Amino acid sequence: MHELGITQNIVAIVADHALGKPVSRVTLEIGQLAGVMSDAIRFCFDVVAKGTVVEGATLEIREVPARARCSDCGVEFTQQTLYQPCPCGARNFERLSGEELNVKEFEFAETIQQTAAV
Amino acid sequence: MCTTCGCSDGAKATVINLETGKKSDIEAHQDHNHHDHGHDHSHDHDHSHDHSHDHVHAGGGTLTLEQAVLQKNDELAARNRAWFAGREILALNLVSSPGAGKTTLLERTIVDRKDAESFFVVEGDQATANDGERIKAAGAPVVQVNTGTGCHLEADMVARGLQELKPGIGSVVMIENVGNLVCPALFDLGEQAKVVILSVTEGDDKPVKYPHMFQSAEIMILNKIDLLEHVDFDVEKCIENAKAVNPSITVFQLSARTGEGLDAWYQWVADARRSVKESAFA
Repeated sequence: MHELGITQNIVAIVADHALGKPVSRVTLEIGQLAGVMSDAIRFCFDVVAKGTVVEGATLEIREVPARARCSDCGVEFTQQTLYQPCPCGARNFERLSGEELNVKEFEFAETIQQTAAV
Repeated sequence: MCTTCGCSDGAKATVINLETGKKSDIEAHQDHNHHDHGHDHSHDHDHSHDHSHDHVHAGGGTLTLEQAVLQKNDELAARNRAWFAGREILALNLVSSPGAGKTTLLERTIVDRKDAESFFVVEGDQATANDGERIKAAGAPVVQVNTGTGCHLEADMVARGLQELKPGIGSVVMIENVGNLVCPALFDLGEQAKVVILSVTEGDDKPVKYPHMFQSAEIMILNKIDLLEHVDFDVEKCIENAKAVNPSITVFQLSARTGEGLDAWYQWVADARRSVKESAFA
């Protein structure tokens, strides 16, 4: 259940950058092989966000497919598991994507947007 | 409860120095700026997140961050890593399921190799100083980190532990993580290598069940091999599984209880410590 701690980090990062203004939407990028369950993050998010500027914000999670480049034949391939070998059979590869765990962006709530624009 | 991020005071971790008996709290989520200093300067554009404020889209009210969620931990781990390198210290992060024999392996290693290496230990557990006391009895300086509700050690906990422990130049710092094959894989502590310990009383498919951990480890220790005749554990299959997940993993088969197979592990530690020393400022 490291998702609780991770969600606390997510909310803290957004709150730190929101400078006290209410936030309406938070977008995360989570790689399919990041070792983090999107559902668990969703489950924790509302609870963790409660009482913060992030309370009530919509959580959008963009899943990033896992891609790797084979160290033997150089082909790029999609991975369903962390250790799926290259179609050529080789097990040495460089992971290109799929382990992301990022706060991509967030949106301020409408009312604040106007004051922020002044 | 903290009103900015919602983190709970109950999540507080503690460090116990077994040498002095001193117990101190680690601020919950020390990485959250608001705990450490006021907002008047925490959003000062001179530090880490200065770049992100530049990306506010004029009318859209969207702030692009592209910030790694574990960035703070990664930064603190990098600091630990530089600290170790500067002191020519070999730091190992020992991970396993509960009961695989991490503490027994450490006790035995400390006792057998105390003339060859200078060991310092950071013990991680959710609660109690039981393991810390065992390490102390084995003869190594030790600090016990209790993570409270946390299921893994984080880089700031290790940093706080090191402040108490003060490991010497050229020493070996063994960080015994909380018994858990899931979460510790995500949290870099600044170690030189992760050592994953699997005992033959567990399943031989654990490497493929917990691939993150076995992929991030440099060493797999197969412990309790003295029990092989009593269990259905298939050593060959287990190593095959480990190599499927991590082709470059090095495997040691041993029994921390009987001492069988320990020499190869001791040799690896000695070689790794020597190469840390040789690579310093290389």
